[in-house]
Amino acid sequence: MSETLLRVDKVCKNFGGFAALTDVSVSVAKGERFGLIGPNGSGKTTLINCVSGAFRNDGGSIVFSGEEISRLPAYQRVRRGIARSFQIPRPFRSMSVLENLVVPLEFVVHRHSLHHADTRAEAMEILKGMGLADKAETPSSRLSQVELRKLELARAMAARPQLLISDEAMAGLSSNEVDEVLDILFRLNEQGITIIMIEHIMQAVMRFSQRVICLDAGRIICEGTPEAIVKNGDVQRAYLGA
Amino acid sequence: MSKARSAVFWIGCAVVIALATAVALSMKAEYYLLAGYVVLQFVILATAWNILGGYCGYVNFGTGAFFGVGAYTAVLLIKSYAAPLPVQILAAAVMGGALGFGTGLLTLRLRGIFFSIATVAVAIILQTVVINWRYLGGATGVQLLRPDPLWPFANYAQMLFVLGAILCVVAVAAARYIGTSWLGRGLRAIRDNEEAAECTGVPTLKLKLIACAVSGALMSVAGAPFAMYQQYLEPAGAFDLNYSVSALAMPIIGGTAHWIGPVLGALLLGTVQQVVTVTVSSELNVMVVGVLLVVFVVAAPEGILGLSTKLWRWFARAKAAR
Repeated sequence: MSETLLRVDKVCKNFGGFAALTDVSVSVAKGERFGLIGPNGSGKTTLINCVSGAFRNDGGSIVFSGEEISRLPAYQRVRRGIARSFQIPRPFRSMSVLENLVVPLEFVVHRHSLHHADTRAEAMEILKGMGLADKAETPSSRLSQVELRKLELARAMAARPQLLISDEAMAGLSSNEVDEVLDILFRLNEQGITIIMIEHIMQAVMRFSQRVICLDAGRIICEGTPEAIVKNGDVQRAYLGA
Repeated sequence: MSKARSAVFWIGCAVVIALATAVALSMKAEYYLLAGYVVLQFVILATAWNILGGYCGYVNFGTGAFFGVGAYTAVLLIKSYAAPLPVQILAAAVMGGALGFGTGLLTLRLRGIFFSIATVAVAIILQTVVINWRYLGGATGVQLLRPDPLWPFANYAQMLFVLGAILCVVAVAAARYIGTSWLGRGLRAIRDNEEAAECTGVPTLKLKLIACAVSGALMSVAGAPFAMYQQYLEPAGAFDLNYSVSALAMPIIGGTAHWIGPVLGALLLGTVQQVVTVTVSSELNVMVVGVLLVVFVVAAPEGILGLSTKLWRWFARAKAAR
C-alpha cells in the first residue's frame, strides 16, 4: 500500500459514562477510497468529528501527513487539508451559493494572498464541476436537497483538501441523485483526493470503496474489501441483530 | 467592494461632517444641538452593537457597561490629568476594546442566551465597582465643569454636535469595512452556522474576539464625551440598561444585515425618543422603544432594510407587469 495519509490510533471518546468510541485504530492511504459503515449510533459521525476537530478525542492519537493533530482546533485541521461535509447540510443561509464557497477560499486557500486572488472566479470553477453553476447567485436557503448535498461537497472542496470526509452525502436522495453524487466523488478521487465515505446506502459504499471498516457500539468489528465485509458474520449480526 | 462605491461613501462622510459643522455654527439654540448629539450618540452605539450582534449573531446586552466605562475613563482622565478630549476618547477606545476582548475571552465560549446573560452581569459588576470608587464620585456621582470650546465653536454644544458627527463617521466606516471584508464574511458564517464555519477554516473564536473588541471600543468611544455633555456623571446614568435596550432595538428596527440599518434605526428611534420626551413625557419615550421593537419584530423582522427591499421588488414587479 502507498503512503499513509491519516492514522487514527486507539482513539477513545466518552460522553459522560457513555463510551462512543473505544480504541478505534485505522489507517487511510493517500488516494484511497475508504468506506465507513455501521448501524445507527455506532460512532461513525463521532469518529469523523474527532478527525475533523469538532470533538476532541479523550485518548489515542490522530496523525495526518505525519503530524499529530488531535489537539488542533477544527479550523487548523482544514488548513492542513482535512475537509468534511455534514450529514444534515449546514449551508451559510444568509449567503448565495457562490459566497458559501468564497468563505473557505478566503480563510483557507488564499488567506495570505487575498488581494491577488479572484476568489469568486475560483468558486465559480468549483461550482461548474459540481453542476451548480446556474445556482451560483441563488440564496443557499432556496436549494433542493440534492443541491444542498452538492453544496456541502463543493464547499468542502473549496478548501482544497487532501482528505475529504463525506458524511452521508447521499441519505434521502433518489437513485439517480445518488449516482450523480457518486460520480462527483469518483471524479474528485481521480484528481488525487483521498475520500472517506460514511454511508448507509450499501450499494453506494460497495461500489465506491476500495476498503471498508464497520463500526458497532464504538468498536471496529470488521475491516476488509467490500465483498468480504458483506459476507462477514459480525457485520450481519450488527445490522440485522440476528 | 468597488472603488466607485468607496469613493461615494467617503464623499458622503465628508458631506455629513461638513453639514454637521455648518448646522452647528449657524444654530443659535443649544438645545437642538444637544438633542442632535444624543441621537448621534445612539448612531454610534447601534452601529457598534451591530458589529457583534448583527453581523455575528451574538446578542450583547451589556452596551451600558461599555458606555459607562467610556464615560468613567474620561472622568478619571479629567480628574487626574485634566486630559484633553481627544486623549479621553482614545483612552476610552482602548479601555472599551480591552473590556470587549476580556469579556469575549471569558464568555464567547457560551452561545446564545448564555452569552447575553453574561454581558448583563458585566454591566452590573462594573456599576458596583464604580459605586464603591470614591475618587470617581461613588454612588452620588461627580460634577464637572465644561472647558472652553475649541475654535471655531462658540459654545460646547456646537462642538459636541460636530464631534458626534465625526465619531459616527468613524464608527460607520469601521462597521462598513468589517461588513464588506473577509472579516464580515467570516462573522456571517459564524452567525449562520458556527460549527460549519469552523470546519470551513474560519477561526471562530478569534473572529468573535475581534468583533467583540471593536464593538466594545466604539461603544466606549460613544460614552467618552457623555460626562461633559451632562456636566455630571453618576453610575446609574452611565451604566443605564436603557442604553443596552436601545442599542439592540435600533439595529433590529433598522435592519442588521448592512451598516446602514443601525444608522437608520438610530436616527429614527433616537429622533422619535427626543421628540416624545419634549412633547409628551420622558417616561413615554422608553415605551416608544418597546412598542416599535415589538411592531418590527412581528411585522418586519428584517427591519427597515428588509421592508424597503421588499417594496423595491414589489415596485419592480409592478413595473414589469405593466
